[in-house]
Amino acid sequence: MGITTVGETKKQRDLSREVLLAWYQRMNTIRAFEENAIDLFSKGLIGGSTHPSIAQEATAVGTCAALRPDDLMLATYRGHGQCIAKGADPKFLMAELLSRATGCCKGKGGSMHLCDVSHGILGTNAIVAAHIPIAGGVALSSMLRKTGQVTVCFFGDGASCEGEFFETLNLSQLWKVPLVLICENNGYAISVPVSRSQATPDIADRAKGFGMRNAIVDGNDVIAVYHEVHSAVENARSGNGPTLIECKSTRWERHSAFSAGRYEDPEERQRWQKVDPIPRFRKQLLEMGIAEKQLQFVEDLAKTIIREAVEFALNSPTPSLESLVGGVFAD
Amino acid sequence: MPLLTMSQAINNALREEMNVQPNLILLGQDIGPYGGTFGVTRGLYEEFGAERVRDGPLCESSTVGFAIGVAISGMRSVVELEFIDFVGVAMDQIVNQAAKMHYFLGGQVKVPMVVRCPIVGRMGMGAQHSQSLEAWFMHTPGLKIAIPSNSYDAKGLMKSALRDSNPVLFIENAKLYSSKTEVPVEEYLIPYGKAKLVCAGDDLTMIAISGTVPEAVKAVNYLEELGISVELIDPRTLNPLDTDTIVSSVCKTGKLLITHDACKTGGIAAEIGQRVMEEAFDYLDAPIVRVAGLDVPVPSGNAHSGFVPQAEQLVQAVLRLMGKTPDVTALGNYLRETKYTNG
Repeated sequence: MGITTVGETKKQRDLSREVLLAWYQRMNTIRAFEENAIDLFSKGLIGGSTHPSIAQEATAVGTCAALRPDDLMLATYRGHGQCIAKGADPKFLMAELLSRATGCCKGKGGSMHLCDVSHGILGTNAIVAAHIPIAGGVALSSMLRKTGQVTVCFFGDGASCEGEFFETLNLSQLWKVPLVLICENNGYAISVPVSRSQATPDIADRAKGFGMRNAIVDGNDVIAVYHEVHSAVENARSGNGPTLIECKSTRWERHSAFSAGRYEDPEERQRWQKVDPIPRFRKQLLEMGIAEKQLQFVEDLAKTIIREAVEFALNSPTPSLESLVGGVFAD
Repeated sequence: MPLLTMSQAINNALREEMNVQPNLILLGQDIGPYGGTFGVTRGLYEEFGAERVRDGPLCESSTVGFAIGVAISGMRSVVELEFIDFVGVAMDQIVNQAAKMHYFLGGQVKVPMVVRCPIVGRMGMGAQHSQSLEAWFMHTPGLKIAIPSNSYDAKGLMKSALRDSNPVLFIENAKLYSSKTEVPVEEYLIPYGKAKLVCAGDDLTMIAISGTVPEAVKAVNYLEELGISVELIDPRTLNPLDTDTIVSSVCKTGKLLITHDACKTGGIAAEIGQRVMEEAFDYLDAPIVRVAGLDVPVPSGNAHSGFVPQAEQLVQAVLRLMGKTPDVTALGNYLRETKYTNG
């Protein structure tokens, strides 16, 4: 199974310029969000830590573009971008990163715990792989209630080594639940490269042992990701069960803004920058005849959205003590 | 009023709620046609089908994970873990996910899930099949814990758990599954955080849970013959814990003995005792006494009876607290002749 390449012109033609431009805007919004998060962290305005997804925007946007608004999504602590891609308002996400009362989780979750049920986002999770079976259960629930919803679960190469990943491959295939597992293989689990953590080069291969549909896609190519996920989502929605998609990706930043030290070699870093999904998509859009001016407009708009989100967050109050000690149990 | 075993009582609670809640499903291994390791789910597969009584593979962690996913998306789930000893395999899902998700997601999701797990203590199954692990969970905010010791309480507490919006760890006791109590035919619920006054007394307060309740009842009956009046309380739920009832009782009696099968160190007695110290120190006229399991892995076989509290130890501990010397021969004879009935 090879990496899906760009240039499938027929498929590209199926997507309108407006749609592609909207994706481009979302990718830029995510990039600006993460750059601002790193900046705010360095200024001491974000407590704890934050895990940027810079260079992984294509996977988030391509995947969520293939979903219905009522489809469901779970992700990891590196999930800011995916929440934006699924439709969450960056204002409430940024306020959450800054632990403010106006945050999507009332400032109690922080950078690693984001949620927006109104957009089908059932939470980002800070225990590696723990949300994978939970996503399986969400998909099971949709199947039993016959809602027609598909659940997407994002996780990284690190999570693919955890037992719960394998358990969920088994259970979700056994029960044919409408689940799409998106493994963002960004090459590193904190500092350990996949060459020193994975017994086989392709994580997607693991699905084969469970008889599960699987694919590998260039995670830096938003159009390729969209087509692969779209097909998996349709398959799931038709009752044919789950798919594991490995998106080969990169991570420019350290594991978290809190992490010490660097581990990648400088040459590799240069290579990453060449596959940056945003300039790459920009080039494609120009080639399709979208005007430079339009792209500039969208880029500026993304920056404005995030500037306003940061202002909103900074001007928001911190949660009250009453809120922080309350809400342990649901009514 | 019909006499039901604890196993039948829990089964009835599940059946009644499955009848009125179409979105309630059961997950676990051996819960289908086999009827559960200890027979608690017997007949439910036949009545509600494989969709709702989902036999699954051995993967406690992901089974609980799936159950959480089901619970946060418009349904309700009940998981059976075959022995509480296996809970370690599913620990992250219970303590990091189910218990905390409602809080850290700002109240946007609820986790109406029950994890059923029996203590299989006093049955000689050794270090990995006979532990009492309730204290691990009392240390986890966000998790309700029920630990019934008889059929009546088990049914009422399970019915409440199945209508709660929060995760509930429902700790059963395999040794007590076959003991019978009168259980009304009419529906009733038992609230969480309301202890049961097993018997009223004036001289000393005794707190017992799960497998120690029958031993405590035996001890209390014997002490009554000696003219010592013990107030026996079964908290029934550990979170919330009915501290008020315990403190009120201690204020009346001035003495407190707490007993549980779990290892003494870090057991629930430490927490209960400390709460009493904080709230009723001035009322205590003797040190709080713990009679608990030994701090060793549970040995296998029947020789381990001395490793968990027996009625005899409870009687001796009470007599010491009261400044009296036990008549060991009379005590032994009495206990041999007494049969326990729960409730």
